[in-house]
Amino acid sequence: MDETTRLVLQGVDKTFSTRSGPLRALRGIDLTLKDGEFVSIVGASGCGKSTLLRIVAGLESASAGELLLDGKPLLGPGKDRGMVFQQYTLFPWLSALDNVEFALSHLPKKQRASVARTFLEVVGLLNFADSYPHQLSGGMQQRVAIARALALRPSILLMDEPFGALDAQTRGLMQELLLSVWERDRLSVLFVTHDIDEAIFLADRICVLSSHPGQVREFIDVPLLRPRVFSQQMGYEFLELKQHVRTLIHDEAARNTGFEEILG
Amino acid sequence: MGAFTKAVDAPKSLLRRRRLRLYEPIRRRTYLSLVALSLSLVFALWSWVSYGGLVQNLFLPTPTQVWQAAVTESNTGILWPDIATSVTRIVLGFVVSSVAAIPVGMLMGVYKEFEAGIEPIVDFMRYTPAVAFIPLTLIWFGTSTTQKLVILFIAIFFQEVLLVMDNVKNVPKQFVDMASTLGLTSSQIVRRVIFRAALPGIVDTLRISMGWGWTYLVVVELVGANNGLGFQIQEAERYLNTPEIILGIIVIGILGLIFDFSFKAIYAWAFPYMSRGRR
Repeated sequence: MDETTRLVLQGVDKTFSTRSGPLRALRGIDLTLKDGEFVSIVGASGCGKSTLLRIVAGLESASAGELLLDGKPLLGPGKDRGMVFQQYTLFPWLSALDNVEFALSHLPKKQRASVARTFLEVVGLLNFADSYPHQLSGGMQQRVAIARALALRPSILLMDEPFGALDAQTRGLMQELLLSVWERDRLSVLFVTHDIDEAIFLADRICVLSSHPGQVREFIDVPLLRPRVFSQQMGYEFLELKQHVRTLIHDEAARNTGFEEILG
Repeated sequence: MGAFTKAVDAPKSLLRRRRLRLYEPIRRRTYLSLVALSLSLVFALWSWVSYGGLVQNLFLPTPTQVWQAAVTESNTGILWPDIATSVTRIVLGFVVSSVAAIPVGMLMGVYKEFEAGIEPIVDFMRYTPAVAFIPLTLIWFGTSTTQKLVILFIAIFFQEVLLVMDNVKNVPKQFVDMASTLGLTSSQIVRRVIFRAALPGIVDTLRISMGWGWTYLVVVELVGANNGLGFQIQEAERYLNTPEIILGIIVIGILGLIFDFSFKAIYAWAFPYMSRGRR
């Protein structure tokens, strides 16, 4: 492997044991994430894309296969991977600042607050440092969650439908905010979503998963210019990509949910 | 007010729809007025029945008689020491039970192994009325304070353990996942996240257990005690002194209210972020 590779997944399998026998969720996933690369993972619901991300995060273990981060095998969760979930995961008893500080126990006490402030500023919420999660909107809570993940200075950022619970306008703004943050540090990002526009708009490369079991159907390069701007979403290139990804996922979803028989 | 209404010119139908709406918050003043109203109604009913002679005073004394009993008991130095004795007993019993129940309940909520090992015993004890242990504890410990505490422990601990276990189980899974990805160890997650996230529920559990505690305290004081509020009620019964019985009941009720109110105040103060979910 060369030096610019951050994350390597090789032949990752995941089988859940259920009451009705083993359930194969993922099969033979090969995926490489280069340094500073933004990869979106899309697929029909139930294709195992969240499971894949949880395996990288160390919250689930792979049944087979190899996972390497910066050349070292991944065993269990750790601070080297910053995670942002779809659900709001700020601790309600802590202020925004304390939430960001929460994971910085490895730093000297004085430094923690200043690091936390820096990253709240990055997401534009320095004025809300003392606010509690219940006083913040959903979008603001997710921005704090992003600041919390970034403050750990992780090797990669893992995002599991982080904007899935937000309304369309907020989601659009959050995507732009994420891109502007990303342009600054060029972190490696693995971004799971079911929103195809979001996947294309954000990523350098899209990984389309097929379902039952989840397998890599296709990798699609996104040749759109960076820094990305909102209006690119109306461009021909974008729409063409969108049509391609949509078709892949649509056929997949129809096949796996019994719609095919009805729709023909 | 009238001018304001006119200026806004709200349709009358909208204004009238104000009453009895589902989960609608009401003004604090309205709330307190309703509390005062319901209390005065009960008091009025009691006065009407007792002063009006609908029931013999031997069975239901008048408010005046109960007040006189309070003055007498207070002057002869019975009332306040009795209150002190009972409050000490319940606070001791409650603290001992809770200090034991919180860690055990947490372990059971977090580790299935502990749940499997402990829950059957707890369930058995929970379904066995604590009162059934009174004769046995009297043989073991006599009418000592220890005996009271043992009964209170049996009554409170086993209920609390299960409720605390549930409080812990109700902690959102994503908090635990989040904490893992932030690099916390299991024991750090238990202390810094799970305990903290379960704390509002645990405080509610404590408040509810305190309620059972009062019930059982009076029961143990009725059977085999020589002081305390329950004992005084028992004594009064021997002399058909109904004013003192009613007095005892009212004092116990008021003390219960004070404790309950204190817990609610602590809850509101310590967990302002929970107020949203409360209706």
